[in-house]
Amino acid sequence: MAASPAYGEEKGGSSSLGEPEYGHDPASGGIFSSDYKRHDDLKEMLDSNKDSLKLEAMKRIVAMIARGKNASDLFPAVVKNVACKNIEVKKLVYVYLVRYAEEQQDLALLSISTFQRGLKDPNQLIRASALRVLSSIRVPIIVPIMMLAIKEAASDMSPYVRKTAAHAIPKLYSLDSDQKDQLIEVIEKLLADKTTLVAGSVVMAFEEVCPERIDLIHKNYRKLCNLLIDVEEWGQVVIINMLTRYARTQFLSPNQNESLLEESAEKAFYGSEEEDTKDAKAEAASLAKRKPYVMDPDHRLLLRNTKPLLQSRNAAVVMAVAQLYFHLAPKAEVGVIAKALVRLLRSHSEVQYVVLQNVATMSIKRRGMFEPYLKSFYIRSTDPTQIKILKLEVLTNLANETNISTILREFQTYIRSMDKDFVAATIQAIGRCATNIGKVRDTCLNGLVQLLSNRDELVVAESVVVIKKLLQMQPAQHSEIIKHMAKLTDNIQVPMARASILWLIGEYCEHVPKIAPDVLRKMAKSFTNEEDIVKLQVINLAAKLYLTNSKQSKLLTQYVLNLAKYDQNYDIRDRARFIRQLIVPTEKSGALNKYAKKLFLAQKPAPILESSFKDRDHFQLGSLSHLLNAKAVGYQELPDWPDEAPDPSVRNVEVRRAPQGAGVLGEPQKVPEWTKCTSREKRKEKVEKPFYSDSEGESGPTESADSEPESASEESGSSSSSGSSSSGSEEEEEEEEEEEGSGEQSEDKEEEEEKRTKRKEKEGSRKATSSEEASASESSSSGSDSGSEAEAKQRKVPPSSKAGPKEISLLDLDDFTPPPPQPVPSSSIVSTSLVTDLEGLMLTDTSLAPALLSPAFGAVRTYELLHRMAGEGLSVEYCFSRRPFPGDPHMVAVQIQISNNTDAEVKSLRVSEPKPLSGMRIQEFPEIERLAPGDTASVVMGIDFCDSTQAANFQLCTHTRHFYVSIQPPVGELMAPIFMSENEFKKEQGKLMGMSEITEKLTLPEKCRSDHTIVQQVTSAANVGRVPCGADNEYRFAAKTVTSGSLVLITLERREGTAAQLTVNSEKMVIGTMLVKDIVQALVQ
Amino acid sequence: MIHSLFLINASGDIFLEKHWKSVVSRSVCDYFFEAQERASEAENVPPVIPTPHHYLLSVYRHKIFFVAVIQSEVPPLFVIEFLHRVVDTFQDYFGSTNVGDQLPTGQLSVVPWRRTGVKYTNNEAYFDVIEEIDAIIDKSGSTITAEIQGVIDACVKLTGMPDLTLSFMNPRLLDDVSFHPCVRFKRWESERILSFIPPDGNFRLLSYHVSAQNLVAIPVYVKHNISFRDNSSLGRFEITVGPKQTMGKTVEGVMVTSQMPKGVLNMTLTPSQGTHIFDPVTKLLSWDVGKINPQKLPSLKGSVSLQAGTSKPDENPTINLQFKIQQLAISGLKVNRLDMYGEKYKPFKGIKYMTKAGKFQVRT
Repeated sequence: MAASPAYGEEKGGSSSLGEPEYGHDPASGGIFSSDYKRHDDLKEMLDSNKDSLKLEAMKRIVAMIARGKNASDLFPAVVKNVACKNIEVKKLVYVYLVRYAEEQQDLALLSISTFQRGLKDPNQLIRASALRVLSSIRVPIIVPIMMLAIKEAASDMSPYVRKTAAHAIPKLYSLDSDQKDQLIEVIEKLLADKTTLVAGSVVMAFEEVCPERIDLIHKNYRKLCNLLIDVEEWGQVVIINMLTRYARTQFLSPNQNESLLEESAEKAFYGSEEEDTKDAKAEAASLAKRKPYVMDPDHRLLLRNTKPLLQSRNAAVVMAVAQLYFHLAPKAEVGVIAKALVRLLRSHSEVQYVVLQNVATMSIKRRGMFEPYLKSFYIRSTDPTQIKILKLEVLTNLANETNISTILREFQTYIRSMDKDFVAATIQAIGRCATNIGKVRDTCLNGLVQLLSNRDELVVAESVVVIKKLLQMQPAQHSEIIKHMAKLTDNIQVPMARASILWLIGEYCEHVPKIAPDVLRKMAKSFTNEEDIVKLQVINLAAKLYLTNSKQSKLLTQYVLNLAKYDQNYDIRDRARFIRQLIVPTEKSGALNKYAKKLFLAQKPAPILESSFKDRDHFQLGSLSHLLNAKAVGYQELPDWPDEAPDPSVRNVEVRRAPQGAGVLGEPQKVPEWTKCTSREKRKEKVEKPFYSDSEGESGPTESADSEPESASEESGSSSSSGSSSSGSEEEEEEEEEEEGSGEQSEDKEEEEEKRTKRKEKEGSRKATSSEEASASESSSSGSDSGSEAEAKQRKVPPSSKAGPKEISLLDLDDFTPPPPQPVPSSSIVSTSLVTDLEGLMLTDTSLAPALLSPAFGAVRTYELLHRMAGEGLSVEYCFSRRPFPGDPHMVAVQIQISNNTDAEVKSLRVSEPKPLSGMRIQEFPEIERLAPGDTASVVMGIDFCDSTQAANFQLCTHTRHFYVSIQPPVGELMAPIFMSENEFKKEQGKLMGMSEITEKLTLPEKCRSDHTIVQQVTSAANVGRVPCGADNEYRFAAKTVTSGSLVLITLERREGTAAQLTVNSEKMVIGTMLVKDIVQALVQ
Repeated sequence: MIHSLFLINASGDIFLEKHWKSVVSRSVCDYFFEAQERASEAENVPPVIPTPHHYLLSVYRHKIFFVAVIQSEVPPLFVIEFLHRVVDTFQDYFGSTNVGDQLPTGQLSVVPWRRTGVKYTNNEAYFDVIEEIDAIIDKSGSTITAEIQGVIDACVKLTGMPDLTLSFMNPRLLDDVSFHPCVRFKRWESERILSFIPPDGNFRLLSYHVSAQNLVAIPVYVKHNISFRDNSSLGRFEITVGPKQTMGKTVEGVMVTSQMPKGVLNMTLTPSQGTHIFDPVTKLLSWDVGKINPQKLPSLKGSVSLQAGTSKPDENPTINLQFKIQQLAISGLKVNRLDMYGEKYKPFKGIKYMTKAGKFQVRT
């Protein structure tokens, strides 16, 4: 602010650099006062008693500094005021000190005691600012004092002071790197800090001082992931970049198994075009030996917690998340970053520049990701040239057989641009498209040939160069073009183009036997006036002609070589001498002469036109090094994924915390002092809605606290139930281990209590076989011996519709090789009980339950929406995924699988003209732009059935056809499970007697008498949650209808023998009646 | 990270410098000046310039280069975004009258974007929904690409710690959004409601992109007839601007600019309304049209004189269009309601809609 007058004044000023400008200097007082006097004036003001005068003087001095004027002689006068009471003066004195202390170290020491006093001030702002200045003074002698101050500040009670301590660390380190060990201790301490304020700053210090000490991160990893969203934006960037590196050292590549899978699967699961099949084959063998890939829950945690930051307003944060996904996410999930990156293209041109560089690199590896945004890279005449050229690069990278015609049409307009550099780049781009896409090679070549008659010489020249490269690929077919180009030598002056033409004629002189010698004749005539590069090619042409057609060109060659012999340029003289020896047989030149023809007219490989961004991704994206394509100072290599994952338990933290009053489920219970209203709310919201990333098959918890084993189990539970890979047995075993061996790991008392009950339950269940866990183990055993719901799920999917490649929730399958048959599962029993317990914790959360209740999921039934005959090759099936529909809790999520069995592409698949009955609402799925033949897409739509079993009717449209279809929900799908305690259940049941109670007697068949089967049958018939029950012979379930939230309570009581009684209590009598029917049928069947 | 910062004005003077670590000599800027010379135009100076010992990262705004000197690896966007924020702050700071209180005081607060103890006698909250249409229209008038980018700018002057929620009638229109940090992301994810404790004063609440699936209404069309004849030093120039899909609203603030080819010496034109200027040095034609009256479409006709002896230009100029439509969000986005919690008084609330041309180009 002090600089403001200077800012305004100088804007229009035209002062040259070195010239003194007394007239402009507000401190001068008069034009004639000398330097010396001027400073006298200021000194006087500084010595005065009035703060206002001091302030004025300091403002002037700081303004001088800002303008690069030397104010060092004022040091003594200024430093005296360091103890000034006036805070404004003080601040400006600090600014001065930081600038000049290094130059006047002895004097600077005078001020140190003031800072030391400041460090003890009761006001946190003063403590912080004293530390800030102290650490900014680059005076080696005070290093010990700084060290001490930092150490103290690191344990300050104010997080703001601790943050400042973190800032001071790199400063001290740059002053004296011998302090490293001590500083690492402080960093370690601060890394353990739980406040968001400190997190970003300490990670920054870590990156500057000891980026190699990745071990310091282990214990803080989960905390950092969980805090991330609340850290200030600059801190987020630093943390995300560091965690990217961390993840690369600790986790396995999520893409390691895909190649294997792809080979074994009959059909590629997803059409990622950038597959490098060669590599895949090479690796397949080694991969076969590997264990199936299971994503580390911590790896997932990182991906999940960074994703929302793609919505940040800060371009650096968005870029950081984008590079994290690019480097760490499974291929199928990387796509989410494209939209955010494209958004950044609306920002300032500097931001565009950096983003486009990164997009250019990414688009080579993952072209599919940006294809939908092709048009966002179209070029406007108002774009700066450097942006145009980068966009062109991206467009070229994105070109493929399907979009090439659009792109070429676009290029055509670019060629007429007034910006000639851009036109030249466009021509290059056309050349690259022509090399990469064989189909359009001739079109491009023709287009370029037309450009040869362009009025602009630069355009012609560039075209010549590109045509030359293209012709090298198939010269025989294009002698016409070569002839045409030969004629151009008369007009075209650009050296590079002339040289290219000459080379072409020389190389393919057999195709133009008549013209070639004539061109040589003309060139010989103008030889002396040509540029060097052209001369060299004239010699080259002469040599080649001499070898092929010596009759006509002997004399000309002699002539050219003679001219070259006396050329000014030594390269040309050298070349002439060398060539003469080679081609003209003399006595001395022996052996080589025979090979001259072979030497000159050897088959030359066609040049490969490739992007300069190829393979640039070995640099961490978003980094300076990537942008420069050169390693910058201090760049930390992005390590390769390890072959074996290091021990994940290093990230477990043993912390004990006080119980939380409002504790809801096993989510991070910490609501530390800094997370007041807003973040607390955020957290709660998270709990209520943990499925926001529905598309990823992580309907499970979004939260996983620092270290509870629960988090792991949640993870596995949810991911397996969503049909993903992970139900791998090891993980469950791990949970068991963790659970049993680690009472001390539990996070708070509440949870510990949970565990205790759980353990009790477990024992109980072992005795009485009547516990919830039965349900899960049941389902897994029913799914043969593999114990994997995922597999079971897979089996459900009809063979015609391979696991939908578009549906991301299924995509984790790609990382999944079926786990080896597993003789089961005491472990799975444990984990399920754990799951049930968790469920118990989640009073507010209805969404987790269905995902966690594996039996429910194991029994997902698919219904036909459109038969492939009726749909003319398009077959559509749907199932009720029993996951909450994102965006509207009153809707039932219907997962729709569309398979294209035709042999043509189906375009723009969408829902149209829903004709819902009154009150019913339909949320269509996003239009599927195209579905390749044989492909299957899976989408989710939401329907609010209004708690009725009336069918929802709508039309399913393709670009050519409309099909009338309807979805009729079984009554059991109109509800979502809730959890309640036994007492609550009884209480609620008491309210729903009389008309609201429906009872039915039934006889349980032979096969349906075990607890497992009963629970499974009920939960498969209806989307309900189990309620604990004291009695052995009773089963209770509870749910709420999706639309109105009315309670549905189910009780199944076993009488003697095979008799049983089913009771349903619900306000909604119709639902109750139908539900009884459905459940009875399921049980009796 | 940032070692030093230099501010360089249009005439190439370093008029301000600031060093956070040891002083870096001004001479480092010579590398920048070299690059500037090579680039010919300011906007083409590479934002990142490597030098033997430093890296220069710069942004160009208000005809001033802000050049940051970096010594080691750092994400370039980190610096660039930061510099832009610095400029934004300067702009706010020097632009507004009440200097002094505006500096951020929230560093210690739980809501760092809002200062505490805010008091107003009139409590008011205004929201401007502003949408820009980016489009490229081809020669024949068909749309090559068109998209809508929108922002909601807010001016909130409310006492205390108000907690606001803003909901839309049709939130599904919003395809891609980015928020001010005050917005609670989860709430948006789950309910499509913007819930936030607002900063005090002016701020951008949200920027959004309207889903590409929706067709973009193009509110204006341009009819053009620009021809240069061979062997003639005269060309014909005629453009007419008219309303297309305006939802019954008036198109105003229309401004047409076009960069003429180098061969154009001068233009003799007559507008049916508004004023026009052709700058024979930069070859830039601009026509300030004003309002479009659908009954009497504005046109600009006349002749172009070309440099004698040269062949006619290959390329036709692109036409850039600016316009404004009040009280219309072209995407159809509508705010449903705005509620305030946490404070007892009744605030005055206002929502305004506007549609503007973004990068709106017509190829000819």
